[in-house]
Amino acid sequence: MRSQIGNMVLHRLGVMLVTVLIVSFVVFFATELLPGDVAQIMLGQAATPEAVKGLREAMNLDEPAALRFLSWLGGLLSGDLGVSYVNDQPVAMLISGRLANSLQLAAVTVLVSVPVALTLGITAATYRGSLYDRIVSVISVSVVSVPEFLVATASVLIFAVYLGWLPALSFSREVDGILDILRVYAMPVISLSFVVSAQMIRMTRAAVIDTLNTSYAEMARLKGASRRRVVLHHALPNALGPIANAIALSVSYLLGGVIIVETIFSYPGVAKLMVDAVSTRDLPLIQACAMLFCLAYLTLVTLADIIAIVSNPRLRT
Amino acid sequence: MTDRVPSNWTNKHDRMVEDALRRGASRRELLQMLLAGGIGATVGGTLIGRASRVLAAEPKHGGSLRAAGWSSSTADTLDPAKAQLSTDYVRICSIYNRLTYLNGNSEIEMELAESVESDDAKTWAVKLRSGVTFHDGKPLTAADVVYSFNRHKDDAVGSQVASMAKQMSEITAEDKLNVRIVLSEPNADLPILMSLHHFQIIADGTTDFSTANGTGPFMVEEFEPGVRSILVRNPNYWKENRPYLDSFEFFGIADDSARLNALMSGDVQYVGSLSPRATRLLDSNPQVETLSSTAGNYTNLNMRLDMAPGNDPDFVTGMKYLLNREQTVKSVRRGLGIVANDQPVPPSNRYYNDELKPKPFDPERARHHFDRAGVLGKKITLTASDAANASIDMAVLLQQAGSEIGMNFEVNRVPADGYWSNYWLKDPIHFGNINPRPTPDILFSLLYKSDAPWNESSYQSEKFDRMLIEARGMLDETKRTEIYHEMQRMIAEDAGTAIPAWLSELDGYNTRVRGVEPHPFGNFMGYAFAERVWLDS
Repeated sequence: MRSQIGNMVLHRLGVMLVTVLIVSFVVFFATELLPGDVAQIMLGQAATPEAVKGLREAMNLDEPAALRFLSWLGGLLSGDLGVSYVNDQPVAMLISGRLANSLQLAAVTVLVSVPVALTLGITAATYRGSLYDRIVSVISVSVVSVPEFLVATASVLIFAVYLGWLPALSFSREVDGILDILRVYAMPVISLSFVVSAQMIRMTRAAVIDTLNTSYAEMARLKGASRRRVVLHHALPNALGPIANAIALSVSYLLGGVIIVETIFSYPGVAKLMVDAVSTRDLPLIQACAMLFCLAYLTLVTLADIIAIVSNPRLRT
Repeated sequence: MTDRVPSNWTNKHDRMVEDALRRGASRRELLQMLLAGGIGATVGGTLIGRASRVLAAEPKHGGSLRAAGWSSSTADTLDPAKAQLSTDYVRICSIYNRLTYLNGNSEIEMELAESVESDDAKTWAVKLRSGVTFHDGKPLTAADVVYSFNRHKDDAVGSQVASMAKQMSEITAEDKLNVRIVLSEPNADLPILMSLHHFQIIADGTTDFSTANGTGPFMVEEFEPGVRSILVRNPNYWKENRPYLDSFEFFGIADDSARLNALMSGDVQYVGSLSPRATRLLDSNPQVETLSSTAGNYTNLNMRLDMAPGNDPDFVTGMKYLLNREQTVKSVRRGLGIVANDQPVPPSNRYYNDELKPKPFDPERARHHFDRAGVLGKKITLTASDAANASIDMAVLLQQAGSEIGMNFEVNRVPADGYWSNYWLKDPIHFGNINPRPTPDILFSLLYKSDAPWNESSYQSEKFDRMLIEARGMLDETKRTEIYHEMQRMIAEDAGTAIPAWLSELDGYNTRVRGVEPHPFGNFMGYAFAERVWLDS
């Protein structure tokens, strides 16, 4: 049966590759549709028609789109992300520093939120219907429905402005020792964890309950296994697929979707980089960011799929 | 406790007293003023004492300041030619110098130039200050000026002042410290143009702007576009004693409330462009002071004269009477603004025509004009967007005023992204937003000449174009002023651009920051605050 798993994994990877190609096409032509171009935006209030025309020619912006797409795709395949229109620096360099920041923030958030979410989700499922379960459910639903900008702004007002315990801004590089890490990351991580873990708690709970309702879990219970044993040894391994999916979806959001948190804390991450790129019509940078987000998302989802395949007992026997 | 300050006394009043002292009011005059306002002599004395102490404080050296602007992105640059965002201006004003400097009283001072002279406004002789060096030790010479100015003429550079530099047909180094500039047409404003941020002087042959080499008060230690920059004091700066700060860090916080919070929590000591809505909150914080300065920026209502309904002069006049200027300043801007008179030259400019009165808010008169234009009851669309500061609020005010006299305005709110390329200059009635420009000539050439690139209302007048060229080369100040006054009147009466108010800019700073003063270029003391402020211990 080993080859069956191998085939399914290969199939997933193939699907991922095709998706990347389709996305690259969509990304390129979607950015072409943005109104105005980089020459116009760079010149701003000095954008007289002659000045725009001159700059456009100097930047070779007048080539046909299809030609630019092919050369961009070629560059992408050979690992060359191109050069930013607005500041002439290599896109790879612009992204790498910011990406490191985003990954750091995401990593800290994952470290905090995944264990908390899994514990809460699994225990809530175990004691389904109890007061504990209801409290966890109510809290996670209400946290899901509070927008993160509210959580972030409110926490800045309370902890930075009124209490003065934490800095209102989070510059990752001024970290000097473990206490500083805690201070700098506390508020962004709390704001992010709120949204992300609430989702994970709900999905984990649902997945575990689903497996607890199956006949084999019932069989285990009838054979006299303890509640703890039923959950950890019989239900959890089978709920691994959906749980991995829930984690993957939440983590992928941490890379591209955290723009509000990055804005409020002035955190120099990759999401803000892309927003900048869109507002300056810096096409090479927009495209590279879009591809990056797409790749991260696909990788995580594919990984979750593979975990689901491998953990599927029907394929293991 | 004789020195207790009345409870409704706010920072605003403190500033009022400071301002009066700065203008030269005597202690006795001030006391009388305060007594008339119901404040006892002891308290009044304390207030004056406090304000004079603040003013008399001697600048101190040392310390590090953190400041935040409102716009920053990967497009951040150290290249003066390309500078466009507030954060760029602050950086380049700290790193470089210009030949001339426009000071807080709108007067031209010499900076890197020792003199700028001309007999005919066409050929100009610039003599440079000697003994000035760049950060890398290279002495400043005429070649640097020639290179800096010539660069703007290259389209590939994408300079913000290309159109102004292109009139310099010849820029030559006479010797080490003398530059001769010949213009294609006479222009008496050259010394003012040289004071623009973009005309700062870079070293001959510079093409790499990943770091910067200037003659200014600060040197670049770290610069990361869209993230932050750290600048340190230039120990060999040619101005004695300056700058006072050892270093300062600068970055952008685009979100209005995040910027406000960073200031109130003390994470940053100086921020620019606070929302007018924040004033009350700021007044309640004893650690924070504010500075409002009125530069020449405005949001205007543009009615295209070559399209219906703007092609009927009665409609345009009606709109000018229907604009409630007082209310725009009072409620839309919470008092942070000055009523304007439909023309683009600001009151701080020496050519401002103060006899030209703003049109009063007169709905009945407006109704009369609308009736003659035959637009009463017809649906008329106003295009507004967040891109043009405060324009949505202004459109709603117009809509309300219109509904009371039978005018049916529809506010078409469009996205900020792409506004300037898709709606501005194009829709029959739309809002614009213009940044300050230092001379009437630039404003008129850019916005009102018949073939102006941004002729917002398609205003056409041969007489106006002739007057513009005539005044440009004129060294006789009295005649020139007369012509500019008349041109302002023509715009206010005939053009389709209604300018209801000058928008003031609000800076906020920690009480430890001293030496902050208003400047006609607006925020951040005309962006050159870093050289002038100091930190109180």
